[in-house]
Amino acid sequence: MIEVKELRKSFDEVEVLKGITTTFDTGKVNLIIGQSGSGKTVFLKSLLNVYEPSSGAILFDGRDIMTMSREDKQVLRSEIGTVFQGSALFDSMTVEENISFPLDMFTNLTYREKKRKVLEVIGRVNLDKANKKYPSEISGGMQKRVAIARAIVNNPKYLFCDEPNSGLDPYTSNVIDDLLLEITREYNTTTIINTHDMNSVMTIGEKILYLRLGIKEWEGDKNMLTTAKNKNLIDFVYSSELFKQLREFMLENDQTSLINDKPEENNEKID
Amino acid sequence: MLKKLFVAIGEYFILLGKAISKPQKRNVYLKLLVREFYDLGVNSFGLVLFTSFFVGAVVAIQMYNNFSASSFPIPNSFVGYATKTVLILEFSPTIISVILAGKVGSYIASSIGTMRVTEQIDALDIMGVNSPNFLILPKIVASVVFNPILIAISIVIGIWGGYVAGWATGSWTKADYITGIQMYMPSYFIWYAFLKTAVFAFLIATIPAYFGYNVKGGSLEVGRASTQAVVWTMISVIIMNLLLTQMFLS
Repeated sequence: MIEVKELRKSFDEVEVLKGITTTFDTGKVNLIIGQSGSGKTVFLKSLLNVYEPSSGAILFDGRDIMTMSREDKQVLRSEIGTVFQGSALFDSMTVEENISFPLDMFTNLTYREKKRKVLEVIGRVNLDKANKKYPSEISGGMQKRVAIARAIVNNPKYLFCDEPNSGLDPYTSNVIDDLLLEITREYNTTTIINTHDMNSVMTIGEKILYLRLGIKEWEGDKNMLTTAKNKNLIDFVYSSELFKQLREFMLENDQTSLINDKPEENNEKID
Repeated sequence: MLKKLFVAIGEYFILLGKAISKPQKRNVYLKLLVREFYDLGVNSFGLVLFTSFFVGAVVAIQMYNNFSASSFPIPNSFVGYATKTVLILEFSPTIISVILAGKVGSYIASSIGTMRVTEQIDALDIMGVNSPNFLILPKIVASVVFNPILIAISIVIGIWGGYVAGWATGSWTKADYITGIQMYMPSYFIWYAFLKTAVFAFLIATIPAYFGYNVKGGSLEVGRASTQAVVWTMISVIIMNLLLTQMFLS
């Protein structure tokens, strides 16, 4: 579980994050949504300590990343898997070498053990035929899958993904969403995904945090989206005509969920 | 402007402090080192050989012309001696280093800069890898170890260039040239040349790495950083050349 308390981040005089407090649960897919410029990426990078927050606390299962020693931070970082928007694969390494990298750096496994683990995750993300290729030789969707494989190869406790669907076609986006959901269940990770993709929001959003202008405007889950009362959230999530009609249809038919699961107890919070 | 320069110098030394530390994983480091030997050293062989051969020939021809025009007679064997001395003291360590600052410097700045803008360095940092150490230390070691080898080869090829020029033009004999290159020269000239080369190699690896590591933006900024890196590396090499010459030869 990751707890965020009163997180603030400023760049020079501009305050980008204005005191965000929230909790991301273990074994769940937590989504951060919001318009461009809402502070999503700054929030995600602050959680990862790429940006040092101005104030507040970030507790990874009770361990505050902002006050821990360099050594403890190193240990914590080895428990984190990250998927970047542009995949951030190492150009000079093959798919297999990219995936093996965290094992090379942070474990003392033998060559054979590493190979076995790498092949296992390559199979897990369905990349069996690409392991000897370089990142430039594979498609965007495959690159994302390699990035996911690299993020999970060292069995992380926390998985961070920055817009994993950006630049992908709808079919591949679904594949990536399903994969992230399955991995979260399988590895029991605390998964945090920064996304713009409303399809992801509707299908895998077990917890959704809506940011607007650096403030947490709403949090809830996918089932609460239809009946949410926050106008900014509604305008953002249902900005397309299709989604608007879908929402109207669902409200008319007293159906609050797109998926067949039952709506959870309404614990919607409006800040 | 001056404040900016001092800030950059401060940042450069902070980055060096992070880069020059014990590697996190020895076998990964050795793998990277071998690759840098190839990318920074072996890949520069062709350019060094080509440049050294022709410059050696040009130096020898110019020495011969100057000696011939002298009002007092200078033996032809001095063509070999002068060519050797020029190559050892100045051409090979300094000019080849300036050329390498262009070739290797732009490679280092653009490769690290591209890693920065494509979030590869962020990925390393988030994983808990000391990215300056991982990216820059192998380049420093490869340059400092390999550049003196390149310079030694450059001296030999340059001297051979002068020899071939004499044979091709018929201006001086092979025997004269060989006598010239066998003339006494203080051995510390050689040490001075290699010391200079090692210092220049350090600058060639670290200044472009600083520019690449601190790129902000996209591909345009990577290009700009690469150009700035080459310019500042050349300036540093030339200033350091003056300081080292004053320190060791005056």
